[in-house]
Amino acid sequence: MKFTGVIAVSAALALGASACGDSGSGGSKGDTVTIGFLGDLTGENSGIVIPPKQGAQLAFDQYNATNPKVKIQFKTYDSQGKGEQAVPLVKQAITKDKIAGLIGPTFSGESAQADPVLEEGKIPNISSSATNVALAQHGWKFWHRLIANDNVQGAGIGNFIASNLKAKKVFIIHDSSEYGKPLAETVKANVEKAGATTSEDATDPQGSDYSATVNKAKAFNPDAIFFGGYYAQAGKLIKQLREGGVKGRFLSGDGSLDKGLAKGAGGTTADGTIVGCPCLIDPTGSAGAASKKFAQDYKAKFNADPGVYSAEAYDAATAFIAAVKAGNTTPEKINSFLSTIDQPGVSKQIKFSSAGEPTATDVYVYEVKGDQLPLLGNSKTATVK
Amino acid sequence: MNNLISQFWPYTIDGLSLGAIYALVALGYTMVYGVLRLINFAHSEIFMIGTFAVLGMLHLFGMPSNVGGFALVGLLIVLAVAGGLASGGSAVILEYVAYRPLRRHGASRLAALISAIGASLFLQQLFARIVVPWAFDLPKEKGALPIQGHFVEKSDVIHIGSFELSNDRLIVIVGAVLMMVLLDVFVNRTKLGRGIRATAQDPETAVLMGVNIDRIVTATFAIGGAMAGVAAALYMLRFEETRFDVGFLLGIKAFTAAVLGGIGNLRGALVGGIVLGLFEMYGSAIFGSEWQNVVAFSVLVLVLMFRPTGILGESLQQARA
Repeated sequence: MKFTGVIAVSAALALGASACGDSGSGGSKGDTVTIGFLGDLTGENSGIVIPPKQGAQLAFDQYNATNPKVKIQFKTYDSQGKGEQAVPLVKQAITKDKIAGLIGPTFSGESAQADPVLEEGKIPNISSSATNVALAQHGWKFWHRLIANDNVQGAGIGNFIASNLKAKKVFIIHDSSEYGKPLAETVKANVEKAGATTSEDATDPQGSDYSATVNKAKAFNPDAIFFGGYYAQAGKLIKQLREGGVKGRFLSGDGSLDKGLAKGAGGTTADGTIVGCPCLIDPTGSAGAASKKFAQDYKAKFNADPGVYSAEAYDAATAFIAAVKAGNTTPEKINSFLSTIDQPGVSKQIKFSSAGEPTATDVYVYEVKGDQLPLLGNSKTATVK
Repeated sequence: MNNLISQFWPYTIDGLSLGAIYALVALGYTMVYGVLRLINFAHSEIFMIGTFAVLGMLHLFGMPSNVGGFALVGLLIVLAVAGGLASGGSAVILEYVAYRPLRRHGASRLAALISAIGASLFLQQLFARIVVPWAFDLPKEKGALPIQGHFVEKSDVIHIGSFELSNDRLIVIVGAVLMMVLLDVFVNRTKLGRGIRATAQDPETAVLMGVNIDRIVTATFAIGGAMAGVAAALYMLRFEETRFDVGFLLGIKAFTAAVLGGIGNLRGALVGGIVLGLFEMYGSAIFGSEWQNVVAFSVLVLVLMFRPTGILGESLQQARA
C-alpha cells in the first residue's frame, strides 16, 4: 500500500514495554491459537482494508469448519491506519491477547511504526498490502509480506509498457510523493533499458492546473504516459491531457486503482487507461481455478465481490493455517515454519525470501472501462486490444 | 528551454488564463487591505463558497452539457451572478461576524488577523463536514472529496500555427479583464467608489466629510467577494472541479499576486496576477512543473527586493483622489 509515514520516536520508545515476559510462549491456550488482523477498519481508508479483513476471515472460517484439532481464533484490531494507534494495539495484542501471529499492519506508514514492536515481541506478521520498499531492509526476522514491493511493481509496469505496448516514447509524470516518485523512476529506468526514449515532469498534488505538464507532454508526443501517484490526481491529469490533445495511452500504479480515477477524468475519458498493481482483484475468477473458487466462496459468504487485497490476505491466513496444521502453535515455531513454506495460494505462490519478501513477482494490469476496472491479466502476458 | 520556445504560445495562453483568475481573487485581498489595512485570510474560503454556488446552480440546471453560442453566454452570466451573490453575501456576513465586533472594540490588527485565520479554518471544515454532504447528498465522510461539474465541450476557437486558443481559456481571460475594467470604472467614477477611495486615504477625515465607514466597509467586502465569485465561475469553467480546500493554494497565490502588483492597488492586482501566472508557466516549462511554486515565490522576493511596494507600487488611497 501507499500510505507511507515517518517512523516516530514513539515506536522506538515503545520497544521496551512490549518485550514482555511470556510472549514467547503465548498463543497456545489449550486448543486454540489466536491470529490478529490490524488495519484501518473504520477510518477514511477503510474501503481498502475491509476486503483484506474479510479475505482472512474467510480462510479461518473455512479452516475452523473442518473441525481441526487446534482451532484458530481470529481477532481484529482497528488502527485507523495510524501508527500511533497501531503501536498500543499491537502491544495489547501481544501481552493481553497473546496472539501467535498477525496479518497486517495494512499500510506502510503504520507498519514502519508497529513492525519494530512485533519484532521485539517475536510475533510473526504478514502484511497483505504494505508495499514500501524500505520495510524489507530492516533485517526484521518476524516480518513478511505477500504483496510485491513498489520496485517490483515499477519493473512489471515498465516491462509491460516496453514489451506489450511496444511504446517507443514514454512520458513519465509523478506527484513528488514518497510513493509516486520512486515508482515513476523505476518505470522510467525499465522502459529506458528496453530502448524507449523518455521525458518527465512532476506535478504539485495541491494544484489543480496541470497545463504546464500538458504542454510538455504535447511537445514530446508520447506513445505512452505513466503517472506515479494517486487516483484523484490521475483523473484530473487524464482529463487535462486529453483536452490538450495529448494522445498516448495513460498508465498508472496501484495508487490509482480506484473507481474515482474514471470519475475524476469524467465520462469515458479515462477508457483504455491501464492501472498496474501487484494485487490480484479477480471477481470473475479469470486468473485460474484457485482464484475462481476464492471469488465464489467470498461472494457466498459476504455477498460482495472480492476487493483490493482480499486474495493476498486470504493467502496470508492460509500461511498461518498451514503452520498450525503442521503442529506449530507458538509464535517462534510458526515463524520458522513460514521461512520454509512453499505452496500455491490464490494470488501467488506462498513462499518468502529470507528478508520476508514474497518470491513471486507477479504484477497484474487492469483496464478502465466506463467506471469499472476489470482485470486484464498478468503484466507479463496481458495483451491490449 | 527548448520546451519553452517550441511551446511558447500554449504556455503563454495558460499563464494568462491562470493569471486572470489569480487577479480576480487578488482584488478581494487588495480592496480589503486598502480600506481596513487587514489581510482577509478567509477570502480564499469566500472563493470556495463561490465555486460551490456555481456547482449548485449547475445541478439546478440538471448539469447541462455541451452548451454553446448564446446559451453559453447566458449560462455563464447566470453562473457568475450566482457565484458573485454567494461569495459577496458570505463576505459581508464574514465581515459582520468576524471583523466588525473586533473593530467596534478597537482590537488590534493582529487580533483581526487571527480572527481571519480562524474564520478560514471554520468555513473549510463547515463545508467539508456539513454543507457539501448535505447539498450534494453524499455520506458524511465523503464531504472532503472533489466534486465535478462539466458543462462546456472544450474546443479550439483560434488555431494559427502553434497558436491555439481554446474557448474556455478565451472566456476566462476576456471575462476577467472585463470585470477588472468594470470595477476600475466603478471605483473611479461613482459616489460609492469615491467613498471607498476616501476611506482608504484617511478614514477619520472621511468620517468628518460625512462618509459612513461601516457602509463603505460592507460595500468593499461585498465587491471583493463578488469578484471572487466571478473568479469561481471562471475557475469552474476551466477546471470543472472543486473541493472544500480549493481556495487554499489559490488564495495564497492570489495574495502573492496582490503583493506583487502593489497591495491596495486595483490595477496592481491585474498586473500582479498576470505576471505571476506567466512566470509560473514559463518557470514550469524551463525547470519542470514541480518548480512552479518555487518560481512564483522567487519572482515575488526578487520584485520586492527592488520594488518593496510592488510593481505598480502606489496603493488605493493614492490612486488619484
